Amino acid sequence: MTETSAGRSGFPPAYLDRVGSSFTDFLGTTAPDLLPGRRTLPALPVGELAPHATTIVAATFDGGVLMGGDRRATMGNLISSRDIEKVYAADSWSVIGIAGAAGIAIEMVRLYQVELEHYEKIEGLTMSLDGKANRLAAMIRGNLGAAMQGLAVVPLFAGYDLDAAEGASPGRIFSYDVTGGNYEERGYASVGSGSLFARNSLKKTWRPGLSADAATRTLVEALYDAADDDSATGGPDTVRRLYPIVYRVDAEGAVRLPDDEVAAVATTIVAERSAADGQG
Amino acid sequence: MTMPYYASAEQVMRDRSEYARKGISRGRSVAVLTYADGVLFIAENPSATLHKVSELYDRIGFAAVGRYSEFESLRVAGVRLADVRGYSYNRRDVTGRIIANAYAQTLGAVFTEQMKPFEVELCVAEVGDGPDSDQLYRLTFDGSIVDESDFVVMGGQAEAVTSHLRQHFTAGMPLADALRVGVQALSAVSPVTAANGGAHDQLPATQLEVAVLDRRRPKRTFRRVVGAALAALLSDEQPTGAEAAPAPAAAAHTPSAPAPGTPAGLGDPSAVDTAGGTEQASAQPDTQDGVGGGTDGGTPDPEQ
Repeated sequence: MTETSAGRSGFPPAYLDRVGSSFTDFLGTTAPDLLPGRRTLPALPVGELAPHATTIVAATFDGGVLMGGDRRATMGNLISSRDIEKVYAADSWSVIGIAGAAGIAIEMVRLYQVELEHYEKIEGLTMSLDGKANRLAAMIRGNLGAAMQGLAVVPLFAGYDLDAAEGASPGRIFSYDVTGGNYEERGYASVGSGSLFARNSLKKTWRPGLSADAATRTLVEALYDAADDDSATGGPDTVRRLYPIVYRVDAEGAVRLPDDEVAAVATTIVAERSAADGQG
Repeated sequence: MTMPYYASAEQVMRDRSEYARKGISRGRSVAVLTYADGVLFIAENPSATLHKVSELYDRIGFAAVGRYSEFESLRVAGVRLADVRGYSYNRRDVTGRIIANAYAQTLGAVFTEQMKPFEVELCVAEVGDGPDSDQLYRLTFDGSIVDESDFVVMGGQAEAVTSHLRQHFTAGMPLADALRVGVQALSAVSPVTAANGGAHDQLPATQLEVAVLDRRRPKRTFRRVVGAALAALLSDEQPTGAEAAPAPAAAAHTPSAPAPGTPAGLGDPSAVDTAGGTEQASAQPDTQDGVGGGTDGGTPDPEQ
């Protein structure tokens, strides 16, 4: 790899070359083996062997956007992880949640985080929200071959638009398909195996202009509904005290909600559902 | 038509050094100082967009003087090296020493192998867990590397600024004091203050580019001090005693305590000017477009 020699003999010529601000493009010329999209594909479908991450939901509120994910990863019919984290801050103003082959997805998130930071350092500016959404689409497109072998990665991307017009909602959500299609969503969105149930739940509970707290409840409730009907989505785990991960992005930036806060919301929902059941 | 066929190696090197030194001393100075909570960069730079100081990685910053096009490509190479290494190993495996070494090798190779040496002088600064572990590497045009622990002054009348700093600098000063000492040292020799008719005049905020590596910040420690934060620090810099100093310093650093769940590897979200690139986000970007544009802080381009 060219990179290791850099410390000893100065920068390889490519490092001093024309100034491009994309980290992915730079890796493509200097160390393509580090890119997830450039590897030899498995000849047979291997989807059953790889842990898969599941449901991610996102919803806007009056001052930004929220994204949450359950904590389960599955491998075929087994639970491979109960405490996986599937929602990450992409940079100070955006978050990314992943559904699909967990290994590739987490690598992609790491690459994406560096991509945004790299651009920021080289250009001295933060990329526009649409620019970020496009870069992610390009990354997903590169993974199409692996997707055909059962290693699909489908992210959900949301961020606070610093350039939002006056009156427009600053929180925006983008969803993707395996071919790299990039769609801006209105209000709320979900991906992953439980997305159908989560979306239906959001459809009934989400309203434009919710407050942050109300939107958090809406989101956690959607995850509860997804876990209720989808075996690959984990519900609130009161035994191990594992609750969904929720990120909030508003004018202050991207912040992960403290576990206590999410736990309180989840516990309330469980209690209400239990009371409403009334068949015990 | 005879061409001088032979020039001694000594003569060639001397000529190149002379050439590079001249180019560098034409610009304005940059001072890099350690202070209680990290490393402070102060550059005399009227441009708000053509930076002389920037972020390389979480705990590593970069300052340069000389020809803009040359140090800009070196800066980009440094960011690339840091990011590739951090991505393929771990963020903790990126150290100032590795980047400084790469710079030294590259500058040395260019100096010996090419007709024209780079007319640049660089400083790679790394902030450690405590004041003892801060490192300042100073790199000159011929690839020499020196490891300093207190301060580095480069470019312009570096000698004069250094001797001024030697008298007034003490290790472990709070930010406001370090900034005051640094700005005074730069002001003493600056053509801007000289034109105003007295070495007592301070450089105004518009002529300064200030940034810190603050060890108390999580992950990305680099932060530009711009706009209101810089004005507050500068306006309070008259030696009013120890009481006045901590207040602006604290104000400039309020976001240093990370909120729970601060995003991994990112600046502090509650600080709008965080992470070097988001000045745009602050309500009043203190930029004056085109001020001093062109190269190296408005100094005449040596080749034109």
